[in-house]
Amino acid sequence: MTPTDTPSAPAAPDNADGAARQRLLATRAAHWQRTRRMTSILLVLWLVTGFGTVFFARELSRFELFGWPLSFYMAAQGASLVSLAIIGFCAWRMRRLDHTHGAAARERP
Amino acid sequence: MSAKPRYFGKLSRYYLWYTGCFALFLVALAILEQEGMPRLWIGHLFMFATIALYATIGVICRTSNVTEYYVAGRRVPALFNGMATAADWISAASFISLAGGLYLQGFDGLAFIMGWTGGFVLVALLIAPYLRKFAQYTIPDFLAARYASGPDGRGALVRAIAVGATILVSFTYVVAQIYAVGLIASRFTGVDFSVGIFLGLASILVCSFLGGMRAITWTQVAQYIILLVAFLIPTMWLSAKHADNPIPQVAYGSLLNKLTEREAQLAQDPREEQVRAEFRRRAAEYARRVDALPESWEAGKLEAQRQLAAARARNASLTEVRQAERALATYPNSSDEARTLWIERRDANLERARPPEPHATPFPGPTEEASDARRNNFLAVVFCLMFGTAALPHILMRAYTTPSVHETRVSVFWTLFFILLVYLTIPALAVLVKYDLYTSLIGSDFTALPTWISYWANVDKANPLVSVADINGDGIVQLAEFAIDADVLVLATPEIGGLPYVISGLVAAGGLAAALSTADGLLLAISNALSHDVYYKIVQPNASTQKRVTISKLLLLAVAFIAAYAASQKPADILSLVAAAFSLAGSTLFPVLVLGVFWKRANHQGAVAGMVVGFVVCLFYMLRASPGLGGSAHDTWFGILPMAAGVFGVPAGLLAVAVVSLLTPPPGRGSDAMVDYIRAPE
Repeated sequence: MTPTDTPSAPAAPDNADGAARQRLLATRAAHWQRTRRMTSILLVLWLVTGFGTVFFARELSRFELFGWPLSFYMAAQGASLVSLAIIGFCAWRMRRLDHTHGAAARERP
Repeated sequence: MSAKPRYFGKLSRYYLWYTGCFALFLVALAILEQEGMPRLWIGHLFMFATIALYATIGVICRTSNVTEYYVAGRRVPALFNGMATAADWISAASFISLAGGLYLQGFDGLAFIMGWTGGFVLVALLIAPYLRKFAQYTIPDFLAARYASGPDGRGALVRAIAVGATILVSFTYVVAQIYAVGLIASRFTGVDFSVGIFLGLASILVCSFLGGMRAITWTQVAQYIILLVAFLIPTMWLSAKHADNPIPQVAYGSLLNKLTEREAQLAQDPREEQVRAEFRRRAAEYARRVDALPESWEAGKLEAQRQLAAARARNASLTEVRQAERALATYPNSSDEARTLWIERRDANLERARPPEPHATPFPGPTEEASDARRNNFLAVVFCLMFGTAALPHILMRAYTTPSVHETRVSVFWTLFFILLVYLTIPALAVLVKYDLYTSLIGSDFTALPTWISYWANVDKANPLVSVADINGDGIVQLAEFAIDADVLVLATPEIGGLPYVISGLVAAGGLAAALSTADGLLLAISNALSHDVYYKIVQPNASTQKRVTISKLLLLAVAFIAAYAASQKPADILSLVAAAFSLAGSTLFPVLVLGVFWKRANHQGAVAGMVVGFVVCLFYMLRASPGLGGSAHDTWFGILPMAAGVFGVPAGLLAVAVVSLLTPPPGRGSDAMVDYIRAPE
């Protein structure tokens, strides 16, 4: 991928190409919709583990996890590890999404 | 396809060799220390060997090719890009001061751990992959192209504002790094503070001046390895010593409970209460003097003069006369000066009169409201650091250097992974050192103080980094009699743990690596913004590529010297400046970056309004609420500290983009096509 790649899709000279273009646009739209859905779910998860556990830190400190008070563990390690997992999941999932939708987009003649 | 794994293999081999050589270097120095090599030489060897190493990598990677210079040829494998970004990210503040901050603040300090790691979720989900798909050179590039449909058709206004924000944010940050370089160099090699600054500057320059992004990437990988080793060795040692388990991240849970017990024991110790009562008495004395100004100032001055005359008259010893002279010389010059000084001393004494807070308890406070206020500030700080992370140009810039969009996502994963290797160790180190001090130093005899205390107490005589004084005169060290500065905790850890001096040198080299790697990245971000965005895109659009790189190198040199000069002036309260940089970055750049990808309707006018409003709201709140900048601590909104001004700036910026975009015509088709393109799969 170089900076010279053109951002716009190729022009449609006749009907066959027009149909292909429609398919491409539909694939792209589906891809973007799924990306957006995944992004929002992951962001909610991130919000709950980060901000949620801090907001209720006083209540949660009564519980214990691996020998730490739960709220201390979440702030010191848990939230960061969940972030790492979210990023890892996002990379894996987007690779699959890009693969299925990208392959479909390339199938056109 | 086969070229990629081969390149990766070659790089891995290089860095494995490098790590091996570094280990041999450490062993050799340890043997030399056993043979009686002086400590100062070890300090010198560490400083000069590592600086020479970074310079060598810089010379080897020199380049004047535009793509190599700006984005390392876009062929850095995800793992190495992650490592380099981690070094870029782990600044002097995180390496040197964060563990100390956690030691002093307990649970509240964890806001920095959460904020400085959680922000990468925003980078990975909302920004980095789209920047890579766009595949240009800088952050203003992206904003100018996305919001190009302005009156001039090129988005020059958006670009200019983004350049201004980039420079402001990166410059405050780089001054703090260079300051830290000077501090470490002067403490470990005994050179003057400003000499230390220029030594560090030389190594930064050799590296980024010759090779731009390409050289700093490969230097940062080397620097990351050093800083990781330097942070892990002393922590693992302490962990093995106190918890019988060399993996600190797992082991310190059990110590935390023991520490809590010890804290409860100390809180009820009557001798601790004696010391605190003495501090309260001193604070009351200063308060009385402040109330009696200006008479008390005159009385104090007369008293100091009388004492000096009396000492001279009775032929007292030279030290007594000197002491009386110094007391008179440092006496405040005016009643106003006395007020500031005495209020400061009153507060410092009151601070030390407070009983220690338990380390693991979230938001302790006398009342429900006080506790809530601390929780809200914790959340606000986390918010600012996270959104600031997702808008710092020197981190986002690295999204451009990988071979593909997928590799950018993986690279963010590796970045956070390598950051966490250090960041999950920091809270562990704070607990380990606290436990060590609370059980071995506190309660010991004043005649048997460890040597590191006198060493660090004498480094800076005006503001002692460590102080122990027998306040209640019982000959035993009480917790309230011991004070330690956040900045020395990590540097002193090897000595606290009883490790050989070679490890102290290693930790200093690690701190230096952290500061230099971050400074490298920041300077490049500034000079790229100036050369690429201002010179090439606005002033001289038909400049040759050769000329662009040359201009960039010259600007880098100039910016580096200005930053070094600013750092050598020792600006006050450097940490709060850094925190301010995060709030400003988040408020100014985050809204336009994210809405640029996720909201097609966002247009040129909206972007301009969003950046300006975000910046102004953030700056206004900082000025209004911080006493140091002419505001007042009573003028806060919802009790939020001025450092977390981004909590108002980011929403204000988002709102401004939305409102102004909807009130003005939608952006043109070019902008639509670009958004479609960056969203589309590869």
